[in-house]
Amino acid sequence: MSVWWAVAVTCVGCYLLKLSGLAAPRRVLEHPGVRRFAALVPVALLAALIAVQTFGHGQQLHLDGARTAGLAAAVLALLFRAPFLAVLVIAAVVTALTRYFGM
Amino acid sequence: MHDEIRHDRRAAIRDGLGVGIAVGVSGVAFGAAAITAGLSVPQACALSLVAFTGASQFALAGVVAGGGGLVAGTAGALLLGVRNSFYGLRLAVILEGGGRLRRLLTAQGVIDETTAVALAQPNAAAARAGFFTTFAAVYLMWNLTTLLGALGASQVSDPAVFGLDVVGPATFVALLWPRLRGDERTPKAETARIRLIAAGGAAIALAATPVTAPGVPVLLAATAALVVMLLPEQSTEPEQNAEEASA
Repeated sequence: MSVWWAVAVTCVGCYLLKLSGLAAPRRVLEHPGVRRFAALVPVALLAALIAVQTFGHGQQLHLDGARTAGLAAAVLALLFRAPFLAVLVIAAVVTALTRYFGM
Repeated sequence: MHDEIRHDRRAAIRDGLGVGIAVGVSGVAFGAAAITAGLSVPQACALSLVAFTGASQFALAGVVAGGGGLVAGTAGALLLGVRNSFYGLRLAVILEGGGRLRRLLTAQGVIDETTAVALAQPNAAAARAGFFTTFAAVYLMWNLTTLLGALGASQVSDPAVFGLDVVGPATFVALLWPRLRGDERTPKAETARIRLIAAGGAAIALAATPVTAPGVPVLLAATAALVVMLLPEQSTEPEQNAEEASA
């Protein structure tokens, strides 16, 4: 599967998922179990993405000190209720600085 | 009465513009992260134009960066997009009317931010105004800033020097944060469950990383949601303290 195929399938699929909610047969989507799963599944996926993108490198696990420091800074910024974009900038700056100073 | 409705609509439009511009600007982060991951500028822009749902876009970029597993990566991106179907279901009543073409266009706007703004409004007219304002503002800003971020990052020989590789995971932390923190309207037991799901999802993904193709660990993590969902109410109590100590 080339990257363009992955991009195309993601594009079309994401759009159809949106459309399906607006035009769906109510019975399926209104099932309480299905609704509950849809509300909870992003939590598991997002947490998994954070873990894998921070500590994973292909199929290996390794601790990237700079990236971990940046992520810790993001959490700290969130604790202080920093706005969304500020959180991202702080994370990137801390990662860059940690890397620059060779930690 | 009429004045009140007009006032509500104006307030909704203000909300929409505020949220739209603030969130839309972070397209720059996606553009940069996509290029850092190895996507091209047209690929980054295609995702923002057509997929137009941040978490899925970042997820796909992350899998490309991890080097492969595109089928599983695409499945993960789509699974993240499933929540938009449920937003659509909730918004369908508010947004109905107009022809088929209008529904096809409206569907593209069904995302986290537009849903949040629309559902926060006091009446249907304000909800519609909020939805379409947020949609227009986010769509324009997100696509413009994706292009800028992608072009900017492609000028840099090694984006990791600027710490841009942390932008993807930091975005996910920021998206997840409100649910981990909880609020007054969410029961404590529910917040505890959400933390349990997050911890379980992360643990499953890390455990699966060495033994499965890239992209698959994130899909497997979905089982954490399923397991916690099926737990009887009380069994989350003992974990609650442990979770809070580590949070």
